[in-house]
Amino acid sequence: MSDAATTPRSEALTPDEVMRYSRHIIMPQVGPQGQRKLRNAKVLVIGAGGLGGPVALYLALAGVGKIGLVEFDVVDLSNLQRQVLHQTADVGKPKIVSAEEKLNAYNPHVQVVKHHTPITSDNAMEIIGDYDIVVNGADNFATRYLVNDACYLAGKTLVDGAILLFDGQATVYKPGSGCYRCLYPDPPPPGLVPSCAEAGVLGAITGIVGSIQATEVFKQILDIGNPLVNRLLLVDALTMEFRTMKLRRDPSCPLCGDNPTVTELIDYDAFCGSPPLEMPAATA
Amino acid sequence: MAVTVHVTSVIQQVVNGQREFTADGSTVGELIDRIEDNYPGFASRVVDENGDLRRFVNIYLNDEDVRYLGGKDTALKDGDTVSFLPALAGGL
Repeated sequence: MSDAATTPRSEALTPDEVMRYSRHIIMPQVGPQGQRKLRNAKVLVIGAGGLGGPVALYLALAGVGKIGLVEFDVVDLSNLQRQVLHQTADVGKPKIVSAEEKLNAYNPHVQVVKHHTPITSDNAMEIIGDYDIVVNGADNFATRYLVNDACYLAGKTLVDGAILLFDGQATVYKPGSGCYRCLYPDPPPPGLVPSCAEAGVLGAITGIVGSIQATEVFKQILDIGNPLVNRLLLVDALTMEFRTMKLRRDPSCPLCGDNPTVTELIDYDAFCGSPPLEMPAATA
Repeated sequence: MAVTVHVTSVIQQVVNGQREFTADGSTVGELIDRIEDNYPGFASRVVDENGDLRRFVNIYLNDEDVRYLGGKDTALKDGDTVSFLPALAGGL
């Protein structure tokens, strides 16, 4: 049990917190008031792997008070090339347990809420409803469309990121300013765009994109800067070029357009032509 | 019209591993045909069997999605940059 669960959230920062977060608090854009905003914030991270790991790590280090994790997988040896929350001794352990242990070790002041389940049309609205901001670190199209739709329908800001090989993408969807369906109206047919497991991914790019997502979360909580809304950031690790494309709300979008036809969550496995996810058995 | 073409890793495989190259075309559709001439297999990555732009591949003229310009008929001029960007789902 973390201290945060028993410390009233409106209280002034403790001397320990002031010291711990001093490099943030000293910045005028944060200050003690901003640090209390971080402590009061509730952020949900979908996935505790390549992207979700560095996102959750930086949220925890910064003292984001409530960090929800949605993850059902177990740690595999092939994860350790990039997934910073999991270590060699964790192989076979549920990722959500491994992630909670590391986050609590980094910062015992934050509350980690474990959602040990795949996110589905049946549970998404209930899970997301408890949080202010959602961060996407999913690894498949069905979950990406599901999380997009659920966030829009729940009125939540979605900080999105994706990676493959040497490429990364990041953007922020605020309800009404465009969504994943505006960016990509349809998913690719199964097999046409490979997954990281099929094609590979540079470990370090998960850290780049995950850190960008964490940065956008901080900006949302602190209400500072210019968010990555209506912009799609492209990261090319091979040329080390960052480019930004315009991202618009599509008036014909079936979710957030002028005449929406998607008004509740649908069957995303059918939409994406993908097999349903299965819970793996934990081996430790 | 000579334009600079950017592709990401998924499409890179069908253009001899290049990330960036130069190609000709007065419209986006013509550009796709010219690239296909040089790199057979490219067009099927970005247009479907009916010749329509695939909805999971975005094409940007400079920083603007061509769906909001003229789609395949979007006119190109010398010095433009056209980027082909398929959806990525990786996060794990």
